[in-house]
Amino acid sequence: MTDSRPKTTVSMTINGAQITADVEPRMTLLDFLRDELDLTGTHTGCEHGVCGACSVLLNDVPIRSCLMLAVQANGERLTTVEGLSDPDGSLSLVQDCFWETHALQCGYCTPGMLIAAQALLQRNPDPSREDIREAISGNLCRCTGYGQIIEAIELAADRLNQRTGKAAR
Amino acid sequence: MTDRAGAGRFVGRNRRTKEDRRFIAGLGRYVADIRVPDLKHVALLTSPHASARIVSIDARAALALDGVYAVLTGDELAEATNSLQHGVEAPNIIWRPLAQNVVRYAGEWVAAVVADNRYIAEDAIELIEVDYEVLPAVVDPEDAFASAELLVHPDHGDNILFHRKFVWGGVDDDFAAADHSLNFRVKWGRNSTVPIETFGVVSHWDPGQEMLDVWASVQMPKYADQIAEALRLPGNQIRVHYDVDVGGSYGVKRGLKHAVLTGYLARKLGCPVRLLEDRLENMSGGDAHGPDRIFDVDVAFDGDGTVRSMRMRALDDCGAYPGRAPLQLGKPVGSIVGPYKIGSVAYEAISVCTNKTGQVAVRGFGQAPTNVAIERMMDRVADYLKLDRLDLRRRNFIQSAEFPYTIPSGTEYDSGDYQTVEAKARALSDYDALIAERDTLRGSGSLAGIGVATCLEPGGGNAAFEPLFNPKNDTTTWMESCTVKVDRLGTVTALICTSSSGQGHQTLVATVVGEILEIDPADIRVVHSDSLSSLPGNSPVASRMAIMLGGAAQRAAEMLRERLMTIAAHNLERDEADLVYADGAIHARDDDAAKLDWKQLIRICHGQYHLMPPGMEPGLQASYTMQVPNGGTMPTADGRVQMYPCFSFETHITLVTVDPGTGKVAIPRYFIVHDCGTVISPAIVKGMLLGGIAHGIGAALYEKFEYDESGQHLSGTFMDYLLPSSMEIPDVQMDEHCTPSPLTPLGQKGAGEAGYMGSPAAVVSAVNDALAPHGLTAESLPIKLGTLSDMLRTLDGKD
Repeated sequence: MTDSRPKTTVSMTINGAQITADVEPRMTLLDFLRDELDLTGTHTGCEHGVCGACSVLLNDVPIRSCLMLAVQANGERLTTVEGLSDPDGSLSLVQDCFWETHALQCGYCTPGMLIAAQALLQRNPDPSREDIREAISGNLCRCTGYGQIIEAIELAADRLNQRTGKAAR
Repeated sequence: MTDRAGAGRFVGRNRRTKEDRRFIAGLGRYVADIRVPDLKHVALLTSPHASARIVSIDARAALALDGVYAVLTGDELAEATNSLQHGVEAPNIIWRPLAQNVVRYAGEWVAAVVADNRYIAEDAIELIEVDYEVLPAVVDPEDAFASAELLVHPDHGDNILFHRKFVWGGVDDDFAAADHSLNFRVKWGRNSTVPIETFGVVSHWDPGQEMLDVWASVQMPKYADQIAEALRLPGNQIRVHYDVDVGGSYGVKRGLKHAVLTGYLARKLGCPVRLLEDRLENMSGGDAHGPDRIFDVDVAFDGDGTVRSMRMRALDDCGAYPGRAPLQLGKPVGSIVGPYKIGSVAYEAISVCTNKTGQVAVRGFGQAPTNVAIERMMDRVADYLKLDRLDLRRRNFIQSAEFPYTIPSGTEYDSGDYQTVEAKARALSDYDALIAERDTLRGSGSLAGIGVATCLEPGGGNAAFEPLFNPKNDTTTWMESCTVKVDRLGTVTALICTSSSGQGHQTLVATVVGEILEIDPADIRVVHSDSLSSLPGNSPVASRMAIMLGGAAQRAAEMLRERLMTIAAHNLERDEADLVYADGAIHARDDDAAKLDWKQLIRICHGQYHLMPPGMEPGLQASYTMQVPNGGTMPTADGRVQMYPCFSFETHITLVTVDPGTGKVAIPRYFIVHDCGTVISPAIVKGMLLGGIAHGIGAALYEKFEYDESGQHLSGTFMDYLLPSSMEIPDVQMDEHCTPSPLTPLGQKGAGEAGYMGSPAAVVSAVNDALAPHGLTAESLPIKLGTLSDMLRTLDGKD
């Protein structure tokens, strides 16, 4: 069946690649990423902006992709969890620290947590434990009780600081 | 650092998990990520009323919408399907995915739309017109228990799903002989685990294979069988794929009605159909609420603090359809006295129907609420006698030399060293200093309290509550399986018979198989198979997988190793007793040169039949199906039963403060010492423990599905149903102890419900200790900020 509903052309930069697509104006950015671009690392949690599972970076700032329409992201620069790894698939330092401390169980909130952690370390390379708590407080996790997530981000910050002259990547 | 007790080469070592990498890279494969060509999408029309008759449904406008393929209602589905099954005998309670003629709770599914995408399906839902005749609703569980007129299921005859008074031992005599008795009521509020991923399912009827393929975010025993029975299909016509990553469950991802609905639609329409709950559907209509329980407890005790006997009445509101919910009153029978030597018990278990969302298994299957009742009992006895609450517990502990220990309800506890764990917790928390800190806080005008809880976590499964609560159910088999095989190239693969929802089963199996075969777990692949290609299993419920899947995997690996030894003995012309297995090679004890390495052994298995011992099966593979240790007996007539086999133990100590103005509870200190026998994967056990504590803090302070007097559900969003964030969950200091289980091959016990078993009790204990100097008590969970601020305002008025 051909869908006769009107569409709008959007273009944006996602994980460094230029994307142009036709979308229904009512489509959320979350559904656009997942269903149109197959970037399924970003997850659907509550669809009302509380749980943070759908977090992505919009111009380096973490946002809820469930609360934004795809058309609103027109012309913007986005990073999803897929964009945190290196192009060859190797894990970023923050991702590797999540693995090392077992900062996850089911993995469902993890992409959003990584986005929050990445954003924190970009703006504050030496966060206190309370800074970390606050930075991930908009991302709900039901598995871990947050302890090993906080450990992972502390570990990442330590390692980043050891790499003198290198910013969070 | 010294080795952890029971540690081996890989067991008990800090190693990276096998699962985490794919999740961190954004490469998990959850049900919403399943891509099947021509997939259609389901949205649901749900009831706005708690109780109503459906007068008419007009779906013409919805059907006329561009992109809509079908609108399904209850009548059509009822023609084609059988009722979903209940855990108790209730043949006149018909339960189907879509309501037929009447709706029994706000949120119940009334119609399903199938469309090109979810947006169009939701457009169509808005075009369906339903005419309801609103009926009175049964909301209060005590009313439901008492009422003979207002019935949720009139054909059932009353609202009672299960009611039995068990008496184990001389309760009346013990009460008469005791120095004191007291009674109290405590309520466990309606909450659930509420995973961040809602439930979802993709169903696809394959016309060539004539088979229904199901991908689901599921954690449920016998899922495929139950779908088949409801859809009236042979069992081998359903294939549930277990290689779907499940985004959290903790018991609740059961989704039977979801699979039956989509299975029917997929077959009817000839295309794959997907239903992903949105958050409101999940919280109002997903039948995934947890226990909602009122406990009335009488306790008899002596002046020295010895608790002699207990009478407990537990009334549980299971919502509109029973499912397995009433059985959650049955599982605690197997640890009804907790870690204490209580000589006799009377337990009255009552499960009633109300016009609320259905209840499902939640982490611990009713144990955490029961532990709150038991622990509040111990607190109250201590307070009454003006004894320290830890001291009182210590006085009543089963002693380590007394194991195996049989409790009044017939279950034998395998092992334990409660005194040592409690002593470690006392030391970890610097208990006397903690009391001093509390008193200092109090002295400066704060409300501060210390909470303690010493709780059991039964593990291993063995759903003996099924025959206990249903005389027509004689199930005593509760098994788990694993296949381990070595291919021609020498690599090892294990097949497991379940999906996983964060428990780390791939790591578990690889660790155990690696330990036996002396191969790095990182090189072992663990595959989630499907319901047709796997052996029997019962899914990761009941803190059972370390015991049961770990046990099955270990035995299968041992069988391979034994076979390799036989092959080596044959070829090296030695007795097996004279051979040594090391790192996958076998050599003679007295001659290192007399040796077959892994490659040579595998070559013999897969290609050199002439070198095999006569009569041995070629290839190298083994399967093992394990029955629950000490399971397999039916309950006695008076309801004594061996419930789970293994008993983990945890001691919680916490310090909380309550803001006198706002009622906000803060948790500055939290300590736990945990004993789950031999730890196989330390990072996983630690995560379970911390996650369980957080989950329990939610149950104690924040999380509740609220209903108004008309049965309207008031908490369908995360703005109303509050999940604790990183700001509410404290840093936890932990220590561990190891009392191996004599019933399991490595000494392991369960840990999947760890932390959650005791943290609600500990937090409630602490809040009440903070309130006690002001003559206040709070015995209804969750103890929300509003409740406390109202309570404290009353206090202001008095001052």
